[in-house]
Amino acid sequence: MSPQAITRAEALTLAAQIAAGELSAREVTEAHLARIAEVDPLVGAFLHVDADGARAQADAVDAQRAAGEPLGPLAGVPLALKDVLVQRGIPTTCGSRILEGWRPPYDATVVTRLRAAGVVILGKANCDEFAMGSSTENSAYHPTRNPWALDRVPGGSSGGSAAAVAAHLAPLAIGTDTGGSIRQPAALTGIVGAKPTYGGVSRYGLVAFASSLDQAGPMARTVADTAALHEVIAGHDPRDATSIPQQWPGLRAAAEAGAAEGLTGMRIGVIAEHDGPGWDAQVRAVTADAIDRLQHLGAEVVTVSVPHVVHALAAYYLIAPSEASSNLARFDGMRYGLRVGGDDDSVAAVMSATRAAGFGPEVKRRIMLGTFALSTGYYEAYYRSAQQVRRLIADDFAAAFTHCDALVGPTSPLPAFPLGERIDDPLAMYLADLATLPASLAGLPAMSVPIGLTPAGAAPALPVGLQIIAAATADATMYRVAGALAADQQQQWGGLLLDRAPSLSGGRP
Amino acid sequence: MVDDSGIQGEATISEQEVRHLAHLARLALTDDEVAHFTGQLGAILHAVSEVARVDRTGVTPMSHAVALANVTRPDLVTASLPVAEVLAAAPAAEDDRFRVPRILGEAP
Amino acid sequence: MTEPVVDYAEVLTRYEPVLGLEVHVELATASKMFCGCATEFGAAPNTQTCPVCLGLPGALPVSNDTALASIVRIGLALNCTIAADSRFARKNYFYPDMPKDFQISQYDEPLCTDGWLDVPVVDPESQTDGVIRVGIERVHMEEDTGKLTHAGSTGRIHDAGYSLVDYNRSGIPLVEIVTRPITATGALAPQVARAYVTQLRDLLRALAVSDVRMEQGSLRCDVNVSLAPIGATAWGTRTETKNVNSLRSVERAVRYEMSRQAARLDAGQSIVQETRHFHEADGTTSAGRSKEQAEDYRYFPEPDLVPIQPDPAWVARLREDLPAAPHLRREQLHAEWGFTAAEMRDVVNAGAVELIAATVAAGTTPAGARKWWLGELARRATQLGVSAADLPITPAAVARIEQLVDAGTLTDTLARQVIEGVLAGEGEPDAVIAARDLQVVGGDGELGVAVDAALAAEPEVVERIRAGKHAAVGVIVGAVMKQTRGRADAARVRALVFERLGVVDEAAG
Ligand SMILES: [Zn+2]
Repeated sequence: MSPQAITRAEALTLAAQIAAGELSAREVTEAHLARIAEVDPLVGAFLHVDADGARAQADAVDAQRAAGEPLGPLAGVPLALKDVLVQRGIPTTCGSRILEGWRPPYDATVVTRLRAAGVVILGKANCDEFAMGSSTENSAYHPTRNPWALDRVPGGSSGGSAAAVAAHLAPLAIGTDTGGSIRQPAALTGIVGAKPTYGGVSRYGLVAFASSLDQAGPMARTVADTAALHEVIAGHDPRDATSIPQQWPGLRAAAEAGAAEGLTGMRIGVIAEHDGPGWDAQVRAVTADAIDRLQHLGAEVVTVSVPHVVHALAAYYLIAPSEASSNLARFDGMRYGLRVGGDDDSVAAVMSATRAAGFGPEVKRRIMLGTFALSTGYYEAYYRSAQQVRRLIADDFAAAFTHCDALVGPTSPLPAFPLGERIDDPLAMYLADLATLPASLAGLPAMSVPIGLTPAGAAPALPVGLQIIAAATADATMYRVAGALAADQQQQWGGLLLDRAPSLSGGRP
Repeated sequence: MVDDSGIQGEATISEQEVRHLAHLARLALTDDEVAHFTGQLGAILHAVSEVARVDRTGVTPMSHAVALANVTRPDLVTASLPVAEVLAAAPAAEDDRFRVPRILGEAP
Repeated sequence: MTEPVVDYAEVLTRYEPVLGLEVHVELATASKMFCGCATEFGAAPNTQTCPVCLGLPGALPVSNDTALASIVRIGLALNCTIAADSRFARKNYFYPDMPKDFQISQYDEPLCTDGWLDVPVVDPESQTDGVIRVGIERVHMEEDTGKLTHAGSTGRIHDAGYSLVDYNRSGIPLVEIVTRPITATGALAPQVARAYVTQLRDLLRALAVSDVRMEQGSLRCDVNVSLAPIGATAWGTRTETKNVNSLRSVERAVRYEMSRQAARLDAGQSIVQETRHFHEADGTTSAGRSKEQAEDYRYFPEPDLVPIQPDPAWVARLREDLPAAPHLRREQLHAEWGFTAAEMRDVVNAGAVELIAATVAAGTTPAGARKWWLGELARRATQLGVSAADLPITPAAVARIEQLVDAGTLTDTLARQVIEGVLAGEGEPDAVIAARDLQVVGGDGELGVAVDAALAAEPEVVERIRAGKHAAVGVIVGAVMKQTRGRADAARVRALVFERLGVVDEAAG
C-alpha cells in the first residue's frame, strides 16, 4: 500500500493487514507522521505530536507479531488523543495555558485500554480550553481549521480529533463529549463520532469539565471503525465510581447486522422539537432525505415529541458550569502548572493572578456562571431547578423509548460556520449544541453519522450529520441504525462522503 | 420584583456581584473584564433562568446520569507515587514538600 | 493580648452556658478514604500520595468500604438513625492544604442523624455520680486535608514568609460527630464537655475504628460556647474554639470562654461570632476568623460518587456486632472484674477501662491488669504528659509481662525494666528480656549455688542466724542479689537460706 493509500484506509483494514503481515505497524505510523508533517500546518489538529513514542509503540506491535504473540484488536492503528485525557509523560494541556508544560505521572484508563489493544497514539489533539466550546477557537494555543473549508471551524470541543480524522492524519481519534463535543464536530467535518452511554467508558484520567456529563468516545471515518474503537475503550473500571459494571461487546456486530439486514422491524422517532423554522433550511433538507432513507431501509418512522428538550440549553448552561466551577478550582498554581506571583504575594493573590492569567475568557465566563448558580440565595432557583429540568428531560426520553428503538434528528442546527463568527457572542455559540445537549443531560448513547452536503452556493458544500440517540445502555441499537445507513450510502455513493473533501495534499488547501 | 420562580424579573447581575463571584472563584479581574462579564453574564442568566419557570412540581433533582449506588473499593493499600514524581511539576518545592506563598487567612 | 475575664463562680450567678462539640475522628483504615495510599502516621513527606489524593487533573475518588462500615458502626453506637439514602457533597473553598480546592464531605444528606450518648459526670461538690444525655445531631463522612508547615521564626501562620505542604494526610477518612446544643449543665459545663469527649473516645476505642490519639491529631475537638442571661429565652452568640487537643484543654477552653464572654456581656459588649484558638500555655483563647464574612461553600452533590444506600441487613449485622454501650459495658466489666466501687472509679477516671479489658482479653487477671495500668504505666504516662492509652505499649505486651511475673520468671522490679525497654522502642517484652538479660535466676539449682557460695563466704553471719538473729539474713540476700545482678527473687533467697541452715523463719507466715 502506498503511504497515501495507507492514510486513506479504514482502521480495520490496516489492523487486518498488519495482523496478516502485509503491512508493518511502523510503515503505517510513518505514513501518518509524514501526512501530519505535510498537512497539519494547514489544519492545526495537533497540540503535540509524539513521533518517537508513536514509532516505539508501532515497533513494539511489529515485534509482538514477529514473535508470534497475539495482537490486540486494533494493533498498529494510529490514533489522535484529545488533549483532555492524560497520558503518562506526555504534555497534557487541555488547550489551556494554565497546564502548559505539565506532564502527568499516570495514564487515563482509556489510554491503558488503547495500549492493551495495540493502538499507536500519535499525539494530543487540539480542543477548546477544558473542552468548553463548540468551535475549537477557545484553544489557548491555536484554532483548528475545518478540512472541508479552512476558513471555517471544525466544531468543538473535540475539533482537533475530528479534523485529524477528516484530514486523514489519523484513522481513529478519541474525543470527549459533555454537551455534544464529539457529535457536533463529527457532523461539521463529515465523520462518525459516538458518545457512549454515560458510564460506559471510564472517566479516570479524563480531565473533568462537568463530571456528571463527561464521556470519552470514538471518532472515525466509518461506522465499523467507530464501533471497533468503542469496544476497545468501553468497559467497567473500578477506578471510576460512575462506571457501569458491564462489558460492551457486540457493537461492531450490531453495525454489521444493520448493514446486512437493514432496519426492518425497527421503530425510529424523529424528534419534533429538533426541526422547524429556527433550524438551517439546508440542514433540514439533507436531514429529511436521510430520514427517507431510514424508511427505505425498512424502519417505521414516526414523529415523537420530547417536550422538555426545549429547556435543555438552559439546564445545561447551569449544570455544566456549576460542576466546572468546582472541577477547575484545583488549577490554583500550587502543585502543578502555571504560577503567577512570588513569595511576597499572599497565597490568595497568587491563586487569583494565576487563574486570571491561565484561563481564557470562555473558561472564566463559565466558572463565574457556575459559581453564581451554586451560591447562597441562587442555588435553589438556578442549580436545583436545572437538576429538576434535567430529570424531566430524562423522563421524556424514557417515555419515548417505550415505543421507539431510536430517535433521530440533525446533529447540529447549522453547518460549519466561519472562524471568528461567533466567538464574541457566547449565546450564539451555545446554540450550536442545541441538538446534542438533551442526550448528554439524560446520559444516553448518541452518535453522529455523515448524511450529505449542503448545496454549494455563497458558502462551499459542507457536511451535515444525523444524530442517532438510543436508550441508556442500548449503544448497540444506535450502531445498528448507523451501520444500515452507512451500507446504504456506500451503495448510493460508491464511497464515503469524506471522499469529496479537499485532499489538502502538498500543503495546499 | 420577584416572581414565583424566585428569580428577579430581569435576572441581571450587578458589577458588585460579579466582583464577589470573582473573589469566590479566585479570578483577578480588571475593571474592563468586570464590565464585560457583567453584561455577558446578565444576558446568559436571562436566557437560562427559564428553568425556574418550568413546572417542576414533585420532581426529584437529577445529579447523576447513572442509577448506581454503593460503589466502593476494598480497604487495601496500593502503591503511592515516588516523591520525585509527586513534586516534579511543583512550581516550588522544599524538603520534599510543596512550597506555597504566605497564607494570610486561616482555613475556614 | 489578654482579655478581661470574670471569676468562674461569678459567671454562673448571671449566665447559663450552652455548649456544642464537634469532634473530628481519623479512621484507622489501612488505606485512605478515596484511594489506596497508606495512612501510616509519621511517614516521610508526600510519600503516601497518588493522583487521587493529590487532586491531579483526571483522577477520581472511590469510597473505602471499611470506612463506610466504620461510620455506620459509630452511628449505631451513638444511637443514630442510619440514612436509607445518603450522599457526598463538595464543600468548595480555596486553601493550599486541600489539593482539589474542595473537600468531599456530606451536607444535607449525612449517613447518621439524631442519636445520643450518655455521659457519666461526677459533681465535684456533692461527689455524686450522674449521667447527662448528650444529643447527637449528625455523624458524617469526609476527607482530611494535607498538613501545612509555616516557615519562619515562630512557625505561626501570620509570621511565615511561606508555607510547605505535605499531602500524606490528604484524603484520610475523617468522621465528624456534631452534638446538639448541650444545655442546663450550669457550673458543670466544663466537666460535661470533658466527660463527653472522654466517653466518645472510649466508645471509639471500643469500636476499634480509630487510634483516637489527640496528641497525634487523630481525634480533634472544636468547642462551641455561648452564654445567655439566666432566665433568657434566646441563646447567646456562640464562639467556636478550634482544635482543642487534649481532654484537659477541652475543660479549660470551656471555662475560659465562659469567663471571657461573661466579662464582655457584663461590660455591655456583644459577643462576636468567630472562630478562636486555644493556647495550651495559659489556657486562654484568642480571636481567629470572624464568621461575619461567612464563606459561601457552594455545596452541591458530588458527581464523581454515587449515593450510599446501606442495605438494612448489613446494618443489622453491624448492629449485632457492636460492643455494649459504654455505661452498660462498664457495669458488665465491673461485675466481671470484681473491683470495688472505688477501684472501678479510679479505672474510669484514668481512662483505662478498655485498656484493662484488652489486657484481660490477652490473658491476665483483672487485678493484674489494673496493677500495671494504674501503677507503673500511669506513672510513666504522667511523666510523659500523655494519657496511658497513648503510651507505645500494647495491652498484649502488658499481659505478657504480668504472665511472666505470675510465673515467677520476672520480679516486679525486673518487670518495670521490661516496661522501660518496651516504651523505649526496644521491642516486645520477650525481645527486651532477651536483650537486657532480665530473666529471674530461676530454679533452686542455680539459686542454691549462689546461696551456698554466699553462706560459705560469710561464716560469722551464718552463726548469728543460727543464734536466732534472723535479721542478719539480709546480708546473705544482699550478696545473692549482687551476684545475680538483681535477677533473683528476694523472698525465695531468704527461704532457701533458712532451709539450708535448718532454721525456721520466724517471719514466714
Ligand atoms: Zn492517594
